[in-house]
Amino acid sequence: MAVAVRLQRVAKQYGDHLAVDDVSLDIEEGRFVTLLGPSGSGKTTLLMMIAGFVQPTAGRIFAGARDITHLAPERREFGMVFQGYALFPNMTVAENIAFALRIRKVDKASVAREVDRMLDTVRLTSLGGRLPRELSGGQQQRVALARALIFHPKVLLLDEPLSALDKKLRGGLQEELRDLHRRLGTTFVFVTHDQDEALSMSDEIVIVNRGRIVQHGLPKILYDCPASHFVADFLGRSNFVDGTIATVTDRSIAYRVGEHRFEQAIAPGAGIDGVSHKVLIGLRPEKIALSMTRPSGAGNHLRAEVRKATYEGADYHVRVATDIGDMQVMVPAWRSLFEPAPGSPVWLSWASDASVILRDDR
Amino acid sequence: MRTDDRTARVYWFLLAAPLFLLVVFYLYPLAKVLWLSVTVPTPGLGNFAKLVTSDAIHKIIGTTARLSAITTIISLVLGYVIAYAVLHVRTRHGEWLLFFVLLSFWLSVLVRAFGWLTLLQNRGLVNTLLIDWGVIDTPLPLVRNEFGVVLGMVHYMVPYAALPLYANMKGIDPRLVPAARGLGAGPVEAFLKVYLPMSLPGLISAAILVFVFSLGFYVTPALLGGGKTIMIAEYIAVQITDTLNWGVATMLATSLLLTVFVMLAVMAFFVDLRKVFGVK
Repeated sequence: MAVAVRLQRVAKQYGDHLAVDDVSLDIEEGRFVTLLGPSGSGKTTLLMMIAGFVQPTAGRIFAGARDITHLAPERREFGMVFQGYALFPNMTVAENIAFALRIRKVDKASVAREVDRMLDTVRLTSLGGRLPRELSGGQQQRVALARALIFHPKVLLLDEPLSALDKKLRGGLQEELRDLHRRLGTTFVFVTHDQDEALSMSDEIVIVNRGRIVQHGLPKILYDCPASHFVADFLGRSNFVDGTIATVTDRSIAYRVGEHRFEQAIAPGAGIDGVSHKVLIGLRPEKIALSMTRPSGAGNHLRAEVRKATYEGADYHVRVATDIGDMQVMVPAWRSLFEPAPGSPVWLSWASDASVILRDDR
Repeated sequence: MRTDDRTARVYWFLLAAPLFLLVVFYLYPLAKVLWLSVTVPTPGLGNFAKLVTSDAIHKIIGTTARLSAITTIISLVLGYVIAYAVLHVRTRHGEWLLFFVLLSFWLSVLVRAFGWLTLLQNRGLVNTLLIDWGVIDTPLPLVRNEFGVVLGMVHYMVPYAALPLYANMKGIDPRLVPAARGLGAGPVEAFLKVYLPMSLPGLISAAILVFVFSLGFYVTPALLGGGKTIMIAEYIAVQITDTLNWGVATMLATSLLLTVFVMLAVMAFFVDLRKVFGVK
């Protein structure tokens, strides 16, 4: 796969503050790549450096083979959708969309044709004559997309484009954005702090924290095999267990927490610290099974008491107290044989490969 | 209902004092001026005929219009730069800049005019330094001419241009210019096609304000013009105090007032005047 954008050891310093710290990243052509991180993590700064609005203090940026580190934003030929859309309020929808072509001195007839085509693409066919303020948030969002895509940029940069919309509308636009990406084949670089949005939309997710890339990969891999405490905590919900390694074999380890002893599967050749070292285990709430009686068979079992159960429609979100601390469990409501009432004794169980070993970056 | 009535009565009472002052010390003299302009020395529109016939008055009006226009243009350019800088330099620097702009409101116009005189006259600071450094042999005519008057007026008017522009620019989404650049517009093009049109209402407001104020300037042209560059307000003063020509003086005052009203009426087509004067 050809590389659309390459960041090479890029850094940005504001005074004493290192907003982006030695980031290297290859974004492949045609992918939908999401930069995901909490606010202030440096994800927007990264995007602005790709767009050319922020100059890196170190490192290089390439578009294909071309070094664009010092190229002005208007010459990078990337499309950009800003947070809050930044539509030109004094121009009509059609004029907004036509802007990039007018700048490029395209003849009037072609501009009109292209604008109509873009209006169709984003399903705003009859609204070309309106002013941006006369449109709903979702419609403004589509105008911003059409405006950024009309000159066929190879890369589209999107800075939290859906954050201003209500939840329902956001869902619809997420689908539309995915669909648009599939049809056009443009590389999308999408910035968000919303993990659900990142998981459902991206081909790849790049998790950013404190100016660094923490983990980069397919959404499913990131969710199932988070590398560190931060990723497990930020992407979805997770329980954390602090243990001490008791035994190590090449397929699994056993770790001790207080008087309890649990099994943890490991990949062959995984670098594991030796016996009596500390280990941090991450366990997703939905990978724990809840039962009234002690389960038989292999796996890890733990006695618990229900503290609080919240009905969330599809699931029960159950908080339980155990010897090794409070934990949370998600139980699909339709499969739950009982209604978990506070105070009821229960058993938790999970397979040795349901949990993962995390790098401790707390 | 009762409380509403009482509140209304309190408001009227509070309004009564300023209303009284306004009528007695402002509206009555103004009406008197209007009256004098059509009754002295003889009843009729004889005074107003001089607007068409008198060469002296033509010259004064020409000078006033020209200097006001030049002042307006220069003040707008400087005010635009200042307002833009206040908003776009780092926050703390911007606040200081705004403070210095407002600082000049506290200086009396008289003090400023004398300040400029000491700086600019033939044996003033500027000319003395330039001669000492050997840049020039004879003093430059910096004051008691149109240059001095425009300088003094611009100095006074820049805040009046900068503040409406600042208020307007503050409402412009700072991402619009980056958005334009992301679409392929260079910095100049992005400014001309996006920022300038967005700041046009501010420019129009500032222009009205500065031009209207400039028309009525008295102290600054009187001192810095040195009796050679005479604007309409000074001419009116001379007509009243020296030649006791009340008819012509009140006629000019009335004409000035009407001109301002007509201009505001025309401008009202383009901008919301209530916004210009901060009512809305």
